[in-house]
Amino acid sequence: MNKLIRFIPLVLFVALGIVLFRGLSLNPTELPSALIGKSFPEFSLATVKDAEHTVTKADFRKGIKLVNVWGTWCPACRSEHSYLIELSKSKRFTLYGLNYDDERGLAQQWLTRLGDPYEFSAFDEEGKLSVNLGVYAAPETFVVDDLGIIRKRFAGPIDARIWRQEFEPLVTQIENERKQRRN
Amino acid sequence: MFNKIFLCTFLFGLLLCNLTTYASPVDTYEFNNEVTKIRFNALTKELRCPKCQNQNLADSNSPIAADLRREVYELLQQGKADMEIVDFMVKRYGDFVLYRPRINSLTYILWFGPAVLLLIGAIVVVVILRRKPVAQTEQVLNAEQKNQLDNILKDKE
Repeated sequence: MNKLIRFIPLVLFVALGIVLFRGLSLNPTELPSALIGKSFPEFSLATVKDAEHTVTKADFRKGIKLVNVWGTWCPACRSEHSYLIELSKSKRFTLYGLNYDDERGLAQQWLTRLGDPYEFSAFDEEGKLSVNLGVYAAPETFVVDDLGIIRKRFAGPIDARIWRQEFEPLVTQIENERKQRRN
Repeated sequence: MFNKIFLCTFLFGLLLCNLTTYASPVDTYEFNNEVTKIRFNALTKELRCPKCQNQNLADSNSPIAADLRREVYELLQQGKADMEIVDFMVKRYGDFVLYRPRINSLTYILWFGPAVLLLIGAIVVVVILRRKPVAQTEQVLNAEQKNQLDNILKDKE
């Protein structure tokens, strides 16, 4: 018995070591979103293209929506842009942009020069909607299901591999849920 | 001489402390009373910037921190209570934004772990101190051993 007790500190030390070692390999910038499972927040913002044209949540089409947070100040947004154009051809979902903390002129130039993959891009100069979405960096992409519920938040640029790993299964799942509801 | 050098170093140090205070971003928010201003300062110190993770909102220059400071300011102007403002942030950014995490089942170990460890340590110390020393039975030397001992002592002399 006494001999066993002597090993308790060692066991505790090893356990603590394992926990802390695991912590070292975690990515501290990957924050869980507090909004998963909640309804997409209401908003009323002008679009990037037209300062006079206001869009709200009601302007979202039915079906699955991807909301991509971007800004011309964000280099990673540029690197994912060509893949977003690829994605915008899909009929399975609609892609919307949320332009965050940007200048309208620069944003318009960006869309003209690089192409516009978005159904529309809301212009969130003051970060009103972005704060409600808990956005802390760009690019970030939200998956909103056909019921308007936020299902996923992905921080970082999207490419084909990330799409396959992170998004494709969820989009398929939402499609299946929809089919089940209809039956 | 040494005193003067010491004094100079000390004053220079004080100066540096001041400089770091002034290096924080400056917002031009106007408050209609002193209390709201103090609450604003307290809240932006307690809330963590989600982008620059080791700074609070008050210290960070990042655009997101500026947006969140404005959000805090506007909520204060709307007459929201501190708790409501903190809730607003937690709803959007998660518990992560709190520098002082809330007490819930996930953070029990964080809040009470040190106290529990201290208690365990104290118990261990008390147990060890109070343990009775192993009773030493008096050892009696037999005649032969006594002789040996006498001889050794004699040799020493």
